[in-house]
Amino acid sequence: MLRFFLRRFAVAVLVALTVLTLAFLLTRVSGDLAVSIAGPNATQADVEAIREAYGLNRPLYVQYFDWLGRAVQGDFGQSYFFRDRVANLIAARMPVTVTLGLVGLAIALVVSLPLGILAAVREGTWIDRLVGLVAMIGQAMPSFWLGLVLMIVFGLQLGWVPISGVETWDGYILPGIVLAFSAIPSLTRLTRSGMIEALASDYIRTARAKGLTRLSILVKHGFRNAAIPVVSIAAVQLGFMLGGSIVIETVFALHGVGFLAWESISKNDFPVVQAVVLVLALIYIALTLFADLLNAVLDPRLRTA
Amino acid sequence: MSALLEVADLRVTIGSTAAVRGASLTVNKGETHCLVGESGCGKSITALSVMGLLPRGAVRETTALRFAGEEIGRYGERQMERLRGDRMAMIFQEPMTSLNPAYTVGSQMTEVLRRHRGTPRAQAVDRAAELLARVGITAPGLRLGQYPHQLSGGLRQRVMIAMALMCDPELLIADEPTTALDVTVQAQILRLLAGLQKDLGLGILLITHDLGVVARVADRVSVMYAGEVVESAPTAALFAAPEHPYTRGLLTCVPVPGKVKRDEPLGSIPGVVPRIQPGFAGCGFRDRCAQANAACAGTIPRREAAAGHEVLCTLPPGWGGAAAA
Repeated sequence: MLRFFLRRFAVAVLVALTVLTLAFLLTRVSGDLAVSIAGPNATQADVEAIREAYGLNRPLYVQYFDWLGRAVQGDFGQSYFFRDRVANLIAARMPVTVTLGLVGLAIALVVSLPLGILAAVREGTWIDRLVGLVAMIGQAMPSFWLGLVLMIVFGLQLGWVPISGVETWDGYILPGIVLAFSAIPSLTRLTRSGMIEALASDYIRTARAKGLTRLSILVKHGFRNAAIPVVSIAAVQLGFMLGGSIVIETVFALHGVGFLAWESISKNDFPVVQAVVLVLALIYIALTLFADLLNAVLDPRLRTA
Repeated sequence: MSALLEVADLRVTIGSTAAVRGASLTVNKGETHCLVGESGCGKSITALSVMGLLPRGAVRETTALRFAGEEIGRYGERQMERLRGDRMAMIFQEPMTSLNPAYTVGSQMTEVLRRHRGTPRAQAVDRAAELLARVGITAPGLRLGQYPHQLSGGLRQRVMIAMALMCDPELLIADEPTTALDVTVQAQILRLLAGLQKDLGLGILLITHDLGVVARVADRVSVMYAGEVVESAPTAALFAAPEHPYTRGLLTCVPVPGKVKRDEPLGSIPGVVPRIQPGFAGCGFRDRCAQANAACAGTIPRREAAAGHEVLCTLPPGWGGAAAA
């Protein structure tokens, strides 16, 4: 177990370093930074002054290690547009995005696990096909469009929930549902196929021969084994949701990290864009690592190997 | 001896296959009844029918299915759930995959007792440890905390047997429990089952295609072919005077020390078990039978060759002179 953990942890650190390096290199190959910071009306002297001020005249590897050293300490520099430290900006926006992601994941799990189990138990019947159809429709629906439709129906016409902002908790409902829709199809299909496989196995026959109740057979013996791949995918989906919330936060005017990214892209505020991409990538890596560990906890064959 | 399990005229249809066609058998208290025959002749389906564990889509009909005097043929799923694992238990052919990989041996064993008796965990653990010791597992305390993948096939089958015994069942159905195991382990498991039966007074329905096993442990043998019980007799009588051509054929396929001469080829039965469609009439074995005649396509009489020795065949008792085996 400890060896497994250390190996996975080492891999995660390597991936994180790669992401950091890529994030650094991408800003350097996308053009002369000093020119883009100075803006279109700057003189050659202004550009040189900025080059000097930001240390852009130093060798690339010096800049890289300088930047890396700061980045691992959480210092992503200064935002040009917001006139604040990038780290402060992200810290202030993160709670909204994380809350939204967790709400989305919770809704996705509450919907897709029972649907997947139901489809597996009723495999081949019209219920199974209906679930498959719902999953397909969910996958085909663009999230900005679904967001707008929900807003019109439940926000404007019925007036049940706010259509923008999260001043109250119910502001998370609509964006949470929209976000969940992106994860529901794959989670449902995975639950279904995992359950079908589990229910056809010999240990389910044993469980039935032991006279266990239907619920115990389905959940304790069946779903417990089907859940292992579902957990990994759910963690990865949460990562997607945190990153993919750029569109939804914009549609619903939620001031989270995604909205921040959108604002800074449109304002050419590259330190913020860079930091947001980096932070989301690191969260993604952390979630994948977490999923691996959770898998090991759930699957004794991994844990005791 | 009173009947523990009585199956009368069991018919099971799965899709367009008549898997069991009017099988009858009786298991008495404290008796080992062996069900023998080739693969695909309906032995496992018969056993699963008794447990109410038939696959979805299988249709079961009987004139009587009595367990301890009670007609269970009409039982619903809830009532069968209460019987299974409590008063009747089953062990399977595949010890490697029959235990849930996600739970410890202890958890899977105690679950049975907790489900049927509501026994507190600590007491159920004690009972599980006691039974693991009873089935010959050393260090039961250690095994209880282990997961199935940490155990060998023989150990897993012992765990399955111990788990089946948790609630002191009256009937144990064992579906080829030794087929997947090493020969040395096979013998141990059979000795274990025989010992348990003697000590606990269990009725055992043992499914096997190994006649060597039958000769050692069975009180009574039923030979199944193509979904029918073609011959049923006390073990000694069956080996001494087999009546059905299929039974005789089976016996010539098995080397018996002292009876089979060296350098003489063992017998074999040409052909395979046919897939029988519903509505099939006559003897299912007639296409492979050297003695087949016109009468075999009609209704086959079930007749008594001796007391307690029934045969489903048109041939006269003691046909062909001395018994083949």
